Amino acid sequence: MDSVYAALVEIVGQDYVSTRTEELFTYSKDLGTSEPQWPDYVAAPATAEEVSRIVQMANEKNVAVVPLGGGLSLAGLALPLKGGIELDLKRMNQILELNEKGRYVVVEAGTSHGKLTAHLHKHAPHLMHSEPGAPPAATIGGNLAIHGQGDLGHPYGFNSDMVSGMEVVLPTGEVCRFGSCALGNSWYTLHPLPDVSMFMGWSGSTGIITKVSLRLFPCKKIQEQDAFVVEDEELVPDILYELTHVGMAEDMMVVSQEIPPPFNRLHYILINISGDSRKELEFKRQLMFDDRLSKYIQDGTGGIGAGGQEVPRPVVSKTSDWRKGGGFEYVGAIMPVTTYPECYKSGVEISGRHGIPYTTLGRVLGSGHSMMFSWTFAFNRADEETVRHARQALHETDEKVLELGGTLWKPAVFGQKLLMDRMDDGTLQMMQKVKHMLDPNGIMNPGNWEVA
Amino acid sequence: MALTQYKYMDIIHRCFRCGYCKFPLDWEDVDNCPSYARHRLESYSNGGRLWLIRAWITGEIPWSEHLADIVYSCVACKNCEEKCPLSFSDDIINMVTAARNLMVDQGLVPPAAKKYLENVQLHGNPWGLGAKKRDQWMADLSLEPYRDQEFLYFVGSEGAYDSRAQSAARALAGVLQKAGVSFGVLGNTETDDGNEAELLGEDGLVEVLAEKNIARFAEHGVKKIITLSPHAYNALKNIYPRHGGEFAVYHYTQVLADLVRAGKLAAPKLAPVKITYHDPCFLGRWNNEYKAPRKVLQSIGGVQLLEMGRNRKSAFCCGGGSGNYYMDLLGGSADSPARIRVRQASATGADVLAVACPNCLSMLEDAVKVEGLESKLMVKDISEIMYGTE
Ligand SMILES: Cc1cc2nc3c(=O)[nH]c(=O)nc-3n(C[C@H](O)[C@H](O)[C@H](O)COP(=O)(O)OP(=O)(O)OC[C@H]3O[C@@H](n4cnc5c(N)ncnc54)[C@H](O)[C@@H]3O)c2cc1C
Ligand code: SF4
Ligand code: SF4
Repeated sequence: MDSVYAALVEIVGQDYVSTRTEELFTYSKDLGTSEPQWPDYVAAPATAEEVSRIVQMANEKNVAVVPLGGGLSLAGLALPLKGGIELDLKRMNQILELNEKGRYVVVEAGTSHGKLTAHLHKHAPHLMHSEPGAPPAATIGGNLAIHGQGDLGHPYGFNSDMVSGMEVVLPTGEVCRFGSCALGNSWYTLHPLPDVSMFMGWSGSTGIITKVSLRLFPCKKIQEQDAFVVEDEELVPDILYELTHVGMAEDMMVVSQEIPPPFNRLHYILINISGDSRKELEFKRQLMFDDRLSKYIQDGTGGIGAGGQEVPRPVVSKTSDWRKGGGFEYVGAIMPVTTYPECYKSGVEISGRHGIPYTTLGRVLGSGHSMMFSWTFAFNRADEETVRHARQALHETDEKVLELGGTLWKPAVFGQKLLMDRMDDGTLQMMQKVKHMLDPNGIMNPGNWEVA
Repeated sequence: MALTQYKYMDIIHRCFRCGYCKFPLDWEDVDNCPSYARHRLESYSNGGRLWLIRAWITGEIPWSEHLADIVYSCVACKNCEEKCPLSFSDDIINMVTAARNLMVDQGLVPPAAKKYLENVQLHGNPWGLGAKKRDQWMADLSLEPYRDQEFLYFVGSEGAYDSRAQSAARALAGVLQKAGVSFGVLGNTETDDGNEAELLGEDGLVEVLAEKNIARFAEHGVKKIITLSPHAYNALKNIYPRHGGEFAVYHYTQVLADLVRAGKLAAPKLAPVKITYHDPCFLGRWNNEYKAPRKVLQSIGGVQLLEMGRNRKSAFCCGGGSGNYYMDLLGGSADSPARIRVRQASATGADVLAVACPNCLSMLEDAVKVEGLESKLMVKDISEIMYGTE
């Protein structure tokens, strides 16, 4: 028997290892436009110790290891570019500690965002974490490995800024902890020890996150969504500046899309607000709409599109079905808020050229310090021509982002190369040293963030 | 080579593999699809299965025994259809069944499914027991053959042959008698309802079974039918009309709920007991009946009804659907659905796990034994509780 297979069976048990075509096929594809990449093995460990043993074995046998969470990053980031072991981490899904007064929760990294939200809803309804707009099967570890952002992005920034502790299996198999938990203390803070946590944003190429302490934030009793609508994209940055000045919102997104028709060529600024009472909500609304946005209402350039809507769990997956085609992929980039008009216009232009209904979205991060802007390209999975168009549109958008002074978020290998081509030498060398130091045999998600 | 005759070619590619369909309504975890909960590999998730079926149809991957196992390990519980946000969601199980149709046509089904279908074809029941023994469950009961009574009591294969389910079948007959319901039975002239045959992809067999039963019903002028099993209820209500069957069909819990409400059936009074109820998929998600069984249980004196977190539309299936109570493609693990379900039931602190389905009854009772919960949790069919079966 193949010795890697035998070792995997010994570590995780027969049920959770496969070299059969059906599993290899399934894990060779993700949801986006990437070409399939076949793993040689699929394994689903249940503990950090199992992960550590697998990684040690992989070093001995010189096979690649690719961590996989929900597999929802869309950019082929968890596809095994060089074969090897695809490590499905979703069995590592325990919620280990909920510290209400300390406002943090410790979870295994394969825990889904949906599960954490449900757990908090049940056990600590006055607390919440920042849930990305991704399908709820997205995992906490996968989201941090790509610097995700969620529905508390406006007050608190990136999800990776909300980490209070972390456990990681290094590419050589050691298990390390970062933050107060490294001292054997509780998992309440990542700082102020020397910063050696080099795992977020690396797409799993510097180690496998196995446990995370996430900050929790007050969850108010009433959550509502208002929409402010403008036709002129040039107004959007100023409006966001006004709104971030008062800092009353929890989440702010600007959506414009060709389908459904009411959104076409309009900019819906979706503002999530919350309060423990109607009074609090009305106070917040007053500050935002009466004090800051009334001028737009008065001069007729903006209007309230909807007020007091229930905040729905996003079902962005529906975008994949607009052309009855089962697929989409987006370029996400971290952009200066002032670039909104250009971002939007380029979305309309590139989409139009490829015959794809345009969909753009900007999410405010911090007090308008940046926004995550996404250009989404739907395709029909059964029609290779539309997949090619979407892929081409993604590449053109990657280039446009850099032209606009943006920074690609969770880039596919194509985008990673564009970024590294422009990166200053010192930074590039530092990245290379980090990678070599942590992963001397180059087994960890190889092909990603590889400095040429 | 592409299999051009696949019926859902125009929609199967629309699954995005986003995984909403793994969750219960409250998003508690990604484990409400029994097949995925058992295996925890994406190939066994609903999205994974649909992508594999498409790859087989288009010739991207060849057929294999493992592929057939994956395709047959969906227990048709409908959790995925409940959760998928996309507009094709009502056809998810149809897409799987259509792939099974092709496997049946080409003789490519797993051995256990083949055996199941053969037994039903030859003997009218999945176990291959003699068709003449179908009426033995009622040998010592004085039940009238159906003539022109108000109701036909359709007992189904499990109630007729499975020793555990026979107790429920007998209890139900007793309760109906107690309530003075006018009913009769078909005895040996009843045959398998065909619900599972349809899900296993053997349409020809379904036609034969449906026509046989319908002919029998017509011969006797049957207008109203009570079924013991939600699977039979589903077949008679939703499949038989396609084959010309015209009659009113009731699951027995619906009839009992009406009898209790009308004061025609006095529910028993028990010493204080905590009961949790497991929604059978073919009564709940398939036919939207969540109230009647609960009303019956609530009418019983001394009962405290405790809900599992996963209830009604979010109920976690016992893993027995689509013939899996016989084929057992999800068995052999602590994560076998029935074992997970009895742990969920036990966590409520209930003394009794009540069911309203003969398949769930045997699946869950076996699981209680394997989990070593016999001293804490009894599995009983609602008919047994109403009848007072010990
Ligand atoms: C419809 C849709 C909407 C989305 N909206 C958002 C959004 O609003 N905000 C947002 O942030 N994202 C969004 N995403 C992107 C993505 O789905 C999420 O970021 C998601 O959280 C990624 O997690 P995952 O578990 O799916 O990661 P995967 O795709 O499984 O993995 C992502 C990367 O991390 C690596 N990895 C996975 N787990 C680990 C681990 N434990 N340790 C180390 N490396 C690991 C993988 O190798 C891969 O490189 C969206 C995606 C979709 C499809
Ligand atoms: S069936 Fe629906 S919810 Fe499930 S993976 Fe496919 S598209 Fe997503
Ligand atoms: S019907 Fe049930 S078992 Fe089959 S894929 Fe859907 S959720 Fe899973």
